[in-house]
Amino acid sequence: MMLETAGSGALIVVLVMAVVTLATRWGGVFVMSFVPINLRTQNFISAMSGSVLVALLAPLALEGDNGARLALLSTAIVMLLVKKPLAAIAAGILVAALVRQTGF
Amino acid sequence: MPVHDEKQLQALTAALTWDGFRQFLPISAFVVLFGLAFGLAATQTGLSSETSLVMSALVFAGASQFAALDMWGTHIPLVPLALTVFAINARHLLMGATLYPWLSSLPPAKRYGVMLVASDANWAMSMQAFGAGKPGLGLLLGGGLALWLAWLLGTWLGIYFGSAIDDPVGFGLDMVMGCFLLAMVVGGQKNLRILIIWAVAASASLLAYWYLPSNSHVVVGALVGGALGALWMEKKA
Repeated sequence: MMLETAGSGALIVVLVMAVVTLATRWGGVFVMSFVPINLRTQNFISAMSGSVLVALLAPLALEGDNGARLALLSTAIVMLLVKKPLAAIAAGILVAALVRQTGF
Repeated sequence: MPVHDEKQLQALTAALTWDGFRQFLPISAFVVLFGLAFGLAATQTGLSSETSLVMSALVFAGASQFAALDMWGTHIPLVPLALTVFAINARHLLMGATLYPWLSSLPPAKRYGVMLVASDANWAMSMQAFGAGKPGLGLLLGGGLALWLAWLLGTWLGIYFGSAIDDPVGFGLDMVMGCFLLAMVVGGQKNLRILIIWAVAASASLLAYWYLPSNSHVVVGALVGGALGALWMEKKA
């Protein structure tokens, strides 16, 4: 189904996006209210929570440009050394900017 | 797991929310810039300023909003767009599931109300707080509100003053979220079991990234990691 973006069409598109996104924000909580919480589900949940982040970052680290890769590397190193998230993020962004500005 | 009063971990007070809001102000400054990049790109794509602002306010999910711009034109294929938005935002389903143990004691209105502003950064920080035996729902709600305001402000700035930053990628601004989430991963609890689970999750994600339909990798990697965690359970001390 094609929708024209002229007139109210654009707003309808945005509302559809909003409803779909809201369904993802509420759906996981809703489904879990029917799942018994036992030791196994707790282990599933805690393993999954770190895995979401790792799964999000893996292609970025492997397929990204040098700026992205070195930014992630700098963030990891600074975080391991000083354990301050903001310093680690700032280092990452700075490195990405430097690498891309100098075309390294 | 430190032994703490479960009730204390699940607390959601105005003071905790305010504290979460303040803790997210520095990262929100970066999100303003990221929002600025979106506002600028949306305007260049031909979205009216109202459409861009309503989208940022109601959708509040950056990656899917940028993806929508890629599909924008005088006509938009509604079903493919909805499927793309769903695939990119499906990780929220998993976030909601991981938060459930701490949300379950809240009345439904609060439980679903807090989830309105759930996104990567505040979810990751609240999970880290729970893992360290600290209350995390204030970070989720307060941090979420800070991020939402920053995203909206950034979008607005991008629409009207976007040309000030002509190359957000060149300044590394696209790496804000990636670096934040990595800092959360590195700062979290680590042991051999968790590291092996993460390695498997990363491999599954990459395989999905290369061989499965686009945008499926996060969900595939996370579910594989979760399943391994359920099979290979943590030994209770």
